[in-house]
Amino acid sequence: MSASGGSADLLIEGVGKRFGEVVALDHVSLKVAQGELLTILGPSGSGKTTLLKVVAGFETPDGGRVTVGGVEITALPPAKRDIGMVFQNYALFPHLSVAANVAFPLEMRNIAKPEIERRVAEALAMVELKGYEARLPRQLSGGQQQRVALARAIVFNPRLLLLDEPFGALDRKLRETMQLEVRRLQRRLGLTTIFITHDQEEALVLSDRIAVMNRGTIQQIATTTEIYERPANDFVADFVGESNIYHGTMSGPGTVTLDGGRTLTVRSDKPAGTKVGVLMRPERFASSGTNAFTGEVIESVYLGTSFKLRLACEGGLELLVRQPARGALPATATRVTVGIDPESIHVF
Amino acid sequence: MSRRLLVISCGLIYFFLMLPLLVVFPISLSSAPYMQFPPPGLSWQWYERYLDDPQWIDATWRSLYIGGATAVLALALGVPLAFALVRGRFFGRTIIDRVALAPIIVPHIIFAVAVYGLFAKLKLIGTWYGLVVGHTVLALPFVVLVIAAGLRDFDRSLEQAAEGLGASRWNTLTRITLPLLRPSLVSAGLLAFISSFDEVVVALFLAGANMTLPKKMFDNIMMEIDPTIAAVSVMQILLVSVVLVLIGRFGRGLKDSAR
Repeated sequence: MSASGGSADLLIEGVGKRFGEVVALDHVSLKVAQGELLTILGPSGSGKTTLLKVVAGFETPDGGRVTVGGVEITALPPAKRDIGMVFQNYALFPHLSVAANVAFPLEMRNIAKPEIERRVAEALAMVELKGYEARLPRQLSGGQQQRVALARAIVFNPRLLLLDEPFGALDRKLRETMQLEVRRLQRRLGLTTIFITHDQEEALVLSDRIAVMNRGTIQQIATTTEIYERPANDFVADFVGESNIYHGTMSGPGTVTLDGGRTLTVRSDKPAGTKVGVLMRPERFASSGTNAFTGEVIESVYLGTSFKLRLACEGGLELLVRQPARGALPATATRVTVGIDPESIHVF
Repeated sequence: MSRRLLVISCGLIYFFLMLPLLVVFPISLSSAPYMQFPPPGLSWQWYERYLDDPQWIDATWRSLYIGGATAVLALALGVPLAFALVRGRFFGRTIIDRVALAPIIVPHIIFAVAVYGLFAKLKLIGTWYGLVVGHTVLALPFVVLVIAAGLRDFDRSLEQAAEGLGASRWNTLTRITLPLLRPSLVSAGLLAFISSFDEVVVALFLAGANMTLPKKMFDNIMMEIDPTIAAVSVMQILLVSVVLVLIGRFGRGLKDSAR
C-alpha cells in the first residue's frame, strides 16, 4: 500500500479542455464520493474520454482543478497519481506473463519480492485467474484478459479506479457476467470508481449515479432511476432508454398543449405559458388511461417478452409503445388504442 | 490463367536473380586454375586457398568487426533519432526527416569523395574506426526507417498504462517500449551490419591498407583473376543469407506492419 493509499473521493472543478477549435470539455464539475461508482455516459465525441484522461493525467486541462482525497493532482504526472485504470483494449503488456503484468505496478513501487508475490496471488484469486500466472496475454480469452487488466489496476490499492469502456469487445453474455463481477469487486473493495461508456443499458446496470455528457458538458448527474424517470432535457431523455419526446406549452394547471394541438393531462406545477418537453416511455402505455391515443399500427415487432408497436396517431403524433406479449401481435394497418396516466408522463 | 502467368513471371524473375549464383557456385568448386564455366571438374582448392591466406582471413575479420561496430553506432544514433522524428514536435522536424534519408539518395561515390576530403584532414584515412564512421552514415537511414516504422505501429496506450501504474519515463522505456521494439531493433541492427559488410565504394576511399573483404575482393579482381574470388563470394553470400534468415526469424521487416 502506498503512503496515502486507499480509496478516496474525487472532485472535479471547472475543468476545461480544447483541441484547436473543438471544445472537448466546457467547465466540467462533478464530485464522486468515496466508494461510489459513477458512470459517465455519452456518445462518442461527448468529451467523456477526455475527462477520464484528465483525471488519469494523460491530458492537461486548460483550466480547473482535479482533487483526490483533498489533495490537488491537476499537475501531477500519471505515475504519481495512484490511479488504477482499465483501458478500452486492456493495454496488457504483451511480452509479460499474467503474473508479471499484475506485479508491474508493485515493482514500480519498490515493494519487496515476497510481498509482491503475495499480493499478485491475492489479486489473481480475486478475479478468479489462479493457475494462469505463467500465461501470456495473447493466450487468454477476451474475458480473461480483462480480468488481468482489472487485477493489475487494483493490486496496488489505488485511490481511484477508472474503467474506459472495458466491456466493448466482449460478447453479450460475457459482458453481463463481467459487469456484475466488476460491480461486486468494486463494492467489496469500496473503490471509488469512474466508469465510461456509451451504452446506456450498461450504465443503468452498474452505476450508483450517472453523469450524462454531451458536447463537452454534463447534461445531468443523478441516480440511475432519476436519469431514466426524470431526465433533465431532450438529450438525456433521448439518449437513455427508448422514448417518445414531444414539445409543447403549459396551457393550464396540469395540462400541456403539444405543438401539434393535442392536449395532455400531466402532473406538473409549471406555470401556464411555459415551454416544456414531454417524455412518455414506451412501456408506460397501457390499454387505457387518462390520456388515450388511437392510431394506426405502422410497424409491429415481436420481442419475446413484449410487442413493440409504432403508432401513427391523430395530429401527426407518432408513438413508440411496448405492450406485454399477450394474445396476437397487432397487424400493421389495424387501429389500436392505448392510454397513459398523468404520473407516467415526465414534463421537463 | 492469370495465376499461371503470375507463376511464370515470378519464376522468370527468380531465375534472373539467381543466375549469378548459378554461375558463381560451380566456379567456386572448379578444378581449373582460371575462370571457366562450366568447370571441368570439382575441387575445394579455392576454399582452401581462401582459408590458408592470412590476407583474406584478416580482411574477413576486419569486415566483421567494422560491420558490428557500424551496427552498434548506427543503432545508438538512429534509435533516438527515430524516436524524435516519430514522436517529437519541434521546429525543423521535416527537414531532419529528409536529411536522415539523404545517404540513400546521394551516390556513394560522391559521399565517399566528400568524406575522403574531410577524413584526410582529420587523419582518419586508413583507420578502421574512420571506416565505421563512414559506414554508420550510410547505415543510418535503414535504422531510422525500420525503427520509425516500428514506432508508428506502437500502441502508445501500453506506455500510458505503464505510466499510470507508476512507472517513470525511464522504466517505461526500458521495461515496456524497448522490449516491445526488439524485432525492429534486431532488423535495424542486422541491416546496418549487412550494409557495412557489403560496402565497397567508401571502403575503397577510406580503408587504405586496412582491407575490408569487399575491398580485398575488388583488388583481387584487378590483380589476378582466379576462382578464389568465387569461393569468397559464396562464403559472403552464405553469411548474408544467414543474417537475412535471422531478420526473418527474429526481426521485423519494413513491410509487415501488422505485428
